[in-house]
Parts: sequence; C-alpha cells; structure tokens
Amino acid sequence: MTTNPSSTEQINRDLFRPNRQLNKWVELVVKTIFALFALVSVATTIGIVLTLIFETFAFFSEIPIWRFLTDTQWTPRFFNPQYGIFVLISATLLTSTIAISVALPVGLLSAICLSEYAPAKIRRWLKPALEILAGVPTVVFGYFALLLVTPFLQKIIPGLQGFNALSAGLVLGVSIIPLVASLSEDAIYAVPRSLREGAYALGATKRETIVGVVLPSALSGIVASFVLAISRAVGETMIVAIAAGQNPTLGLNPFVPVMTMTAYIVQASLGDTPAGSLAYRTLFAVGMTLFLITLALNIFSFWFVRRFREKYE
Amino acid sequence: MTMQEPKSFASSDSSENGLFKVALPTRYNFDRIFVIATWAATLFGLVVLAVLSIDVLVDGLPRLNWSFLISYPSRRPSIAGILSPLIGSIWLLVVTALIAFPLGVGAAIFLEEYSTDNWFTRLIEINIANLAAVPSIIYGLLGLQVFVRWMLPITAGRSILSGALTLTLLILPIIIVASREALRTVPSSLRQAGYALGATRWQVIREHVFPLALPGILTGTILALSRAIGETAPLIVIGALTFITFLPPISPKGLQSPFTALPIQIFDWVSRPQAAFHNNAAAGIIVLMLLLLLMNATAILLRNKFQQSR
Repeated sequence: MTTNPSSTEQINRDLFRPNRQLNKWVELVVKTIFALFALVSVATTIGIVLTLIFETFAFFSEIPIWRFLTDTQWTPRFFNPQYGIFVLISATLLTSTIAISVALPVGLLSAICLSEYAPAKIRRWLKPALEILAGVPTVVFGYFALLLVTPFLQKIIPGLQGFNALSAGLVLGVSIIPLVASLSEDAIYAVPRSLREGAYALGATKRETIVGVVLPSALSGIVASFVLAISRAVGETMIVAIAAGQNPTLGLNPFVPVMTMTAYIVQASLGDTPAGSLAYRTLFAVGMTLFLITLALNIFSFWFVRRFREKYE
Repeated sequence: MTMQEPKSFASSDSSENGLFKVALPTRYNFDRIFVIATWAATLFGLVVLAVLSIDVLVDGLPRLNWSFLISYPSRRPSIAGILSPLIGSIWLLVVTALIAFPLGVGAAIFLEEYSTDNWFTRLIEINIANLAAVPSIIYGLLGLQVFVRWMLPITAGRSILSGALTLTLLILPIIIVASREALRTVPSSLRQAGYALGATRWQVIREHVFPLALPGILTGTILALSRAIGETAPLIVIGALTFITFLPPISPKGLQSPFTALPIQIFDWVSRPQAAFHNNAAAGIIVLMLLLLLMNATAILLRNKFQQSR
C-alpha cells in the first residue's frame, strides 16, 4: 500500500480508518482501573492478615504465648492480669454447640421439606420467608434472646441466670437456620432424579429414598453447609454479646453468663482502649484466634467438598 | 438350584421368619412422621419470625411516634429518640453505596469482561470466596487499625468515613458476585454485534452490556447495602458512639464527624437494665426493620421489572 495513491483513494482510506489512538488509551486506562478495583479484595485479605499478625506479635512480645494458652482465667483489666484464651474459647464452643444442635436438624429437615415435599407453589412463598429470617440484623436477635427467650426459659429452668449461654445459643441457632436450609437444599436439589427412581424401583418408600440415597449423595454439600454454619456461629457477635453476658468463666455450664471471643472484642471496644496499649493488643490476639479457627473450618470445608464430591455425569 | 413355584415361594419359611416381610404399614407410618417433622422444621423458622415481630411490635409500637423520630438520644428514656442514629445510618448507607458501587461493579466488569481465566483471576476468585467467610467483627479490627489509625489524617479517626470504608470492604464480595451474575446474563451475541460495528470493548460495555445488566447489579447492591445497614459488630469495634446529639454537616467535613447508627443505638438501649430503654430499643428495631423491608422491596421490584423486560 505504499505506492503513490491518488487523492481520492487517500480520502477514502482516511474515512474508513478513524483515529483509534484515543480509544486505545481509554481502553488501557479503563482496564487498569478496573483491575485495581478487583485487587481491592486481595488487598483486604492481605490487610486483615497483616493487621492481625502485626499486633498479635506485639502482644506476644509482652505476654508469652504459653501464658495465653495455659492461664485459667481471662482478666486482662485486673491488677494482676491473666490471659487464658481457653476461657473465651470454651464459651464460644459452648454457644456454638448449642446453636449447631438447633440449626443442623431444623435446617436440614426444612431443606428436605423444601426440596422434596413442598409443592412448587408453597415453596415459592417459603423460600423468601426464610430469606427474611436470614436478613434480620443480629442485634434484633440479641434483643429477642435477652428479653423474650431468657424470661421464657427461666420459667422452665429455675436456676437460669439473666445472662446465659443457653438462650444466646438457641437464638444463635435460629439465626443460622436459613443458611443451613438454603445451602443444603441446593445440594439436595442437585441429586439427579434417576437415583431417586432407582431407589423407588427397589421398593423403598419416599423417606427411605431420602435418608438412604438422596442425603448420602448430597453429603458433601450438606457437610459444607454445616461447616459454614459452625463458622458463622463461632464468628457471630451481637447475639452472644447481648444475651450471653460478659463474664469470662472457664467451663461448659450453659446456665451461667459466659464471655465469648467476639463478646470480649465488643466489650473491650466499648471501653476506650488507647491505641498501642496492651489492652488494645489483646483485641487483635483474640481476633487472630477467632480468624484462625474460622479459617481452619473453611479450609476443612473446601477440602471435604473436593474430596467427597459426587460427580454426576 | 431348582425353580420354585411362585406360590410356594410366597408361603415359604423365609417370609414367615421375616426375611421378606415388607412391613409396609410400619414403614409408611415412619414416612408420615418424617413428613410431619420436615414441615414442622420448616414452619419453625416462620413461627419464630412471627413471634419475634409480634414481640417487638407490642413492646415498641406505643413508644413509636413522631417525636421519637426527631429527638436526640437522651439519658431519660421517655424523651430519648433516634434522630442522630437514623441520620447516621443514612449517612453510612449513602457513603458506603458511593464507594462500594463503583468498586464492586468495576471489579466485576474486569473479571467478567476483560480478564481471561488465568492465575490472577483465580487468585481474586479464591479471595472473594474466602472473604465471604471471614466474621464481620474481624473487618472491624481491620478498619480500626487501617482506617482509624493509619489513615487518621484523611478519615479523622472514628468517623463516618472510617465506618463507611469498613462496611464497603465487608459488602464488596457480595456486590462483585451479584454484578458478575448480572453481567453473565447479558447474551454474548450483543457484544459480538457491537464489536462487528467496530466498537471497542469499553464502548460495548458502556453502551450495551452495562445498561442491560444494571437492574441485576442494582438488585445485588441494594441487598448488600441492606446487610450493611444491619451490621453492628464492626462499627462497635471501630468506635461508633452511642450518645451523639448533633447532626453531621452535609459537606465533606461531615464525613469526618463522629458517628452513631441505628443498630448501635439499639444495642446500647438493650444493654441497659431499665425496661423503658428496652421499649425504646423495640421502637428502634421497628424503624430499622421498616428501613430494611423498604430496601428489600425495592430490590424485589427491580428484579421483577428486570425479569419482565427479558
């Protein structure tokens, strides 16, 4: 195309070759900016990890790690402070266990109902209703636990104190039912029809088919939803901060006030903790413990799903 | 092995000693119990929701009036109101939306329209999945350290801006996932048509893909924001106050003023021993839930409109 073109050809070529330089620049700029936006999520993760590690190291340079693990009391504000993290972990374990023992059976059964028994019409109404339950702020559940569930339980259980792990755990369980139900339902719904029909052909009833064939086939998804629910129960804050009390006691008695890891973070944040002080650093040491526990649960969930996922077709 | 007569098979010993006993009536009974159990479990959630609403309405409605909405919090429960928490929540909502929407949609457009399936994309995807499982109170610790302490000159410490930035990070994964799904529903023939006419990638996205995906993106964003408006724990960690008797000025300076929010005020009232404050908390909860319902209704309307137009 380097041979001398006539003037009309030149004009035509210019007409059909608009100047694209600007567009290329815009394209590059837009792509770079959006890539940077996408990097914000990575930066968040790095930020979380770095913040926690940085302040936790500062904490352990003052308090040896074995004291953190072996002290039997959690009294960071006392004159002779003790930092036994297991006091907080035991409370978290207690509330989470109560919550899970409510949420797992109820959540799984409603998942079965939604997926196997409920007619399509009713299902269309039930699912959004459960979504509303999932959207209720946890501070509202805290109100519910402290001012309705606890007085109710006190009529049944005489020795129950005003703040206790039991009602906090029960309401915490209710708050994670929708999570278990909707994730388990997805897993149950994905089991192919042919498996169910095979079971019917062998003479199994509907319940036997569900319990013996459908649930085992959906096991990886169901377990993943359970683990996610446990991780949510461990990290949940407002319900336990309001209803479980602020009393760090070691032990697994559900009738007395306890203090979970998250409740400690709330309590310490409410009192003005000057930045850089030891009290400030305990926040991050506890946060790190919480983060590691939920991370371990999530990694386990990923691993389990990968290892045990049933592949259909 | 000899063939048996069907008749003798039916009446053979094995059926009498139970090996082939199908026991259908018993099994059907178990089935019925099982069905009832699943329905009971499903209704359980709804019953709790109903009891919760009735309890809150009974406690809160008598307290809920106009002066409750336009009064500042007070040490005396009878004259306390929710003006500053309500305005604080709206501030947080608007600022969070202004930051989170472009960030989330931009990231989604990058992941869905620009990038191919490479290590960078996978890294971001794994990251987003992980972030969704981090407890929200951990975001509070992040915000405390990064926004309140390190970015002190910009955010002025425990300010509306710090709170909004923390909530942004918290809901960003939700917005990204929802926006990607909305972008994915736009048929690729539309993009091809744009390219065929000589449009660049950005022109196609800007003029064709984004407008079509917008209702879906907005739905996701509103749902994410309604999550943010109910969040309490991270804001407490950052240091929201519970006793604010002024309104932040509507100017950039307002971003740097200390803040409170509806859930924080509710938490404060619930934690007090006096019953009068508990009723205030219930009234506050009614306002918060109405706000949430309003947002969710908007999201559902948008979704329905979107589905009809396609």
